[in-house]
Amino acid sequence: MDFNFQDPFTSIGELLRGLLLGWGLAPGLVSLILMLLGALVLAGFAMTLAGVFLTWLDRKLAARIQDRLGPNRVGPFGIFQPIADAIKLITKEDIIPEGAERAIFKLAPMLAVMSAVGIWAVVPFAPRLIGTDLNVGVLYIVAVGAIGTLSIMMGGMASNNKYAMLGAFRTVAQMVAYEIPMVIALLVPTMLAGTMGVGGIVEAQRGGWFIVLAPVATLLFFVSAMAEAGRAPFDLLEAESEIVAGYNVEYSGMKFGMFYVAEFLHGVTIAALTATLFLGGWLGPGAQQFPLLGLVYFAIKTAFVYLVISLIRFSMPRIRIDHLLAFNWKLLTPLALAAVIVTAIADKLAPALGWNRAVVHLTANILLAWATFEALRAYARGIRQRVEVQPAAVETGGAD
Amino acid sequence: MTLVQILFLLFGLVTLLASLMVVTSPKLVHAAFWLILALAGVAALFILLEATFLAVVQVVVYIGAIAILIIFAVMLTRRVMHDTGPQVNRSWWVALLVSLVLFGGLVLMLAQVPALAGTPAPLMVDQETLLEDLGRALVDADRYVLPFELASVLLMASMIGAIFVARPPSGSEERSGER
Amino acid sequence: MIPLSWYLILAAAIFCIGVYGVLARRNAVAILMSIELMLNAVNINLVAFWRYMSPGVISGQAFAVMVFAVAASEAAVGLALIISIYRRRFTVAAEEIDMLKW
Repeated sequence: MDFNFQDPFTSIGELLRGLLLGWGLAPGLVSLILMLLGALVLAGFAMTLAGVFLTWLDRKLAARIQDRLGPNRVGPFGIFQPIADAIKLITKEDIIPEGAERAIFKLAPMLAVMSAVGIWAVVPFAPRLIGTDLNVGVLYIVAVGAIGTLSIMMGGMASNNKYAMLGAFRTVAQMVAYEIPMVIALLVPTMLAGTMGVGGIVEAQRGGWFIVLAPVATLLFFVSAMAEAGRAPFDLLEAESEIVAGYNVEYSGMKFGMFYVAEFLHGVTIAALTATLFLGGWLGPGAQQFPLLGLVYFAIKTAFVYLVISLIRFSMPRIRIDHLLAFNWKLLTPLALAAVIVTAIADKLAPALGWNRAVVHLTANILLAWATFEALRAYARGIRQRVEVQPAAVETGGAD
Repeated sequence: MTLVQILFLLFGLVTLLASLMVVTSPKLVHAAFWLILALAGVAALFILLEATFLAVVQVVVYIGAIAILIIFAVMLTRRVMHDTGPQVNRSWWVALLVSLVLFGGLVLMLAQVPALAGTPAPLMVDQETLLEDLGRALVDADRYVLPFELASVLLMASMIGAIFVARPPSGSEERSGER
Repeated sequence: MIPLSWYLILAAAIFCIGVYGVLARRNAVAILMSIELMLNAVNINLVAFWRYMSPGVISGQAFAVMVFAVAASEAAVGLALIISIYRRRFTVAAEEIDMLKW
C-alpha cells in the first residue's frame, strides 16, 4: 500500500487495518481495535497537548500579567513543570475524609475528566479526522457537559464538608442556569447549517464563518460556555477567597489532579468548540487537499480562543453570585432567544429578497446588538435616576 | 446469544438493579444517585433501539436537569428526614403485594400476545432522515403540532407555578436573596 | 436480535418497582423519584413499540418527547411544592402532610 502524504490519517488507518487483517483477526474485531486505538490517541493527544503545553503557557501568561516569572526551573523555560507537578500529585497521599460517601467521592473526578474528554469525540480536527460524526452532535455536547455538572455536584456533596457543599450548591445555581443560553445559542449554528452534526456544521461554514453570520450568538455561546466551565470570572464554585476551594477542597493527590486536568481540558474544549462551531474549524486555504494543514488551522484557532479565555480569566475580578444569576436570566437568556428568532427570520428573508445571506445576517445581528445596548443604557439610566433621587437605595442593593 | 442480546441483558440488569436500589436504599442521597444510573441505563436501551436522539435527550433532560434538581431538593431537605428512621410507611407490604400482582398480571398478559417474539425489520432510513421526520412531525399541522404546543404551554405554566410556589413567603427576613 | 417481549417485560418490571416506591416510600422526594422511574418505563415501551411495530411512523418517538416534557414539568412543580411544604411545616414525609384530612 502506498503511503499518501496528502491524507496521512486515512492512510495510517488503512495501513493498520491491513496489518491487523493480515494477522487473521475478524473484521469486526479489527474495527473495534482501531476505534479503541483512535480513542486512546485522541485522549492522549488531548491530555498531552492541554496538560503539558497549554498549562505551561497559561501559567507563563498569568505570571506575565501578574508581574512575576512563573515556572522557570524544570527544563527550558520551565516547560516540563506540568510533568513535575503530575509526578508530585501521583506520589502524594490519597486522603478520603471521614464521613465521606466513598464510592461517590471516588467516582466524581473520573466523571469530571470523562465529560471533558468525551466532548472531543465529536470535534472534527481535520477533514475526515473526527471521532464519530453523530447526527445529534450538538446535543451530545450539551449532554456530556451536563455530566460535568453532575461530577462537580457529586464531588461537592460526597466530601462531607460545608465548603464543598456550598460549592456544590453554587454549581447547581450557576451551571443549570448558564446551560440555557448556551443551548439556545447552539441552536443558531444548527439552524444556519441545517444539521446538528458537528462535521456538517464545519462544512456549512465554507461560505463564511458563523462568527460573521451570527456574532451575537458567538459571543453568547462563548460567555455562557465559560460560565458553564467555571472559568474566571465565573469561578464561583471554587472561589478561593470565599469558600476555600469549593467542591474540591477535600480532594488530594491524583483525585485533585484529575479535577484540575478536567477543569483545564474543559477550558480547551470550550476553545475547540468555539473554533469549530463559529470560526470554521479546520477550514482554511488548502485544508481540503492536505488534512494535516486542517489540523494546523484548527490548532491555531483553538489556541487563539484559549488565549482569549486566559486573558479574560487573569484580568477580570470574580463576579458576585446574584449579579451572575441576574446577568444570566435578565440579559443572556432573553438575548439568546432573540438571537434565535432574528436568525430564523433573516434566514428566510435573505432568499426571499434575493440579497446576500451574510449581509442580511450581519445587519440583523448588528441591529440586535444595537437594540440590546439601547435597552441596557435605558436600564442603567433608570438605576442612575433612582440612585440620584434617593441615595439610600444603593445600600439596599438598588444596583445590579 | 448475540452481542446485541448480551448488551441488552447487561443494560437491562443495570437499569433494573439501579431502580430497585432507588426504592429500597435507606439513604435518600444514594437513592438519587441510583436513579441517575437507572436513567443512564434507559438511555443505553434507547441507543439499542436505534433512537439516538431520544438517548441524548434523555441524558440532557433527565440526568442534566431532573436528577440534579432532585439531588438539590434532597440536600435542601435532608435536615429533617434523618436517614436512620424507617423509609417506608406502615402499609409497605400492601404496596409490595400490589406491585408484584401488577407485574405478574402484566407478564401473564404479555405471554398471551403472540406477535411479541418477532424481531424488527432493519430501519429503512438513516438517522438523519429519522430526526428530520421527528422534527417535522412535531410542527406539522396534520400530526403533532397541537400536543407539542400544549407541551410548551405546560412547561411554561409549570415554570411559573414552580417559581410562585417555591418563593419564600412574603415578609420573610431574607430580603437580599430575592430579586 | 432481541425479541420485543424482553423490552416489554423489562419496562413492566421497572414500572412495578416504581409503583412500589410510590406506594411505600415515606419521603416525598423518594416518591417523586419513583414516579420518574414509572415514566421511564413508559418511555421504553413507547420507543420499543415504535421500533418493532411501526418504524415508518415516527409517532412513538413523538410521544416519548411529550413524556419528557411532562416529566420535566412534573419534577419542577413537585420539587417546588416539596420545598414550599418543607419551609412551612419542616417535613417532607408524605404521611405527615395531612392538613386537608379531617
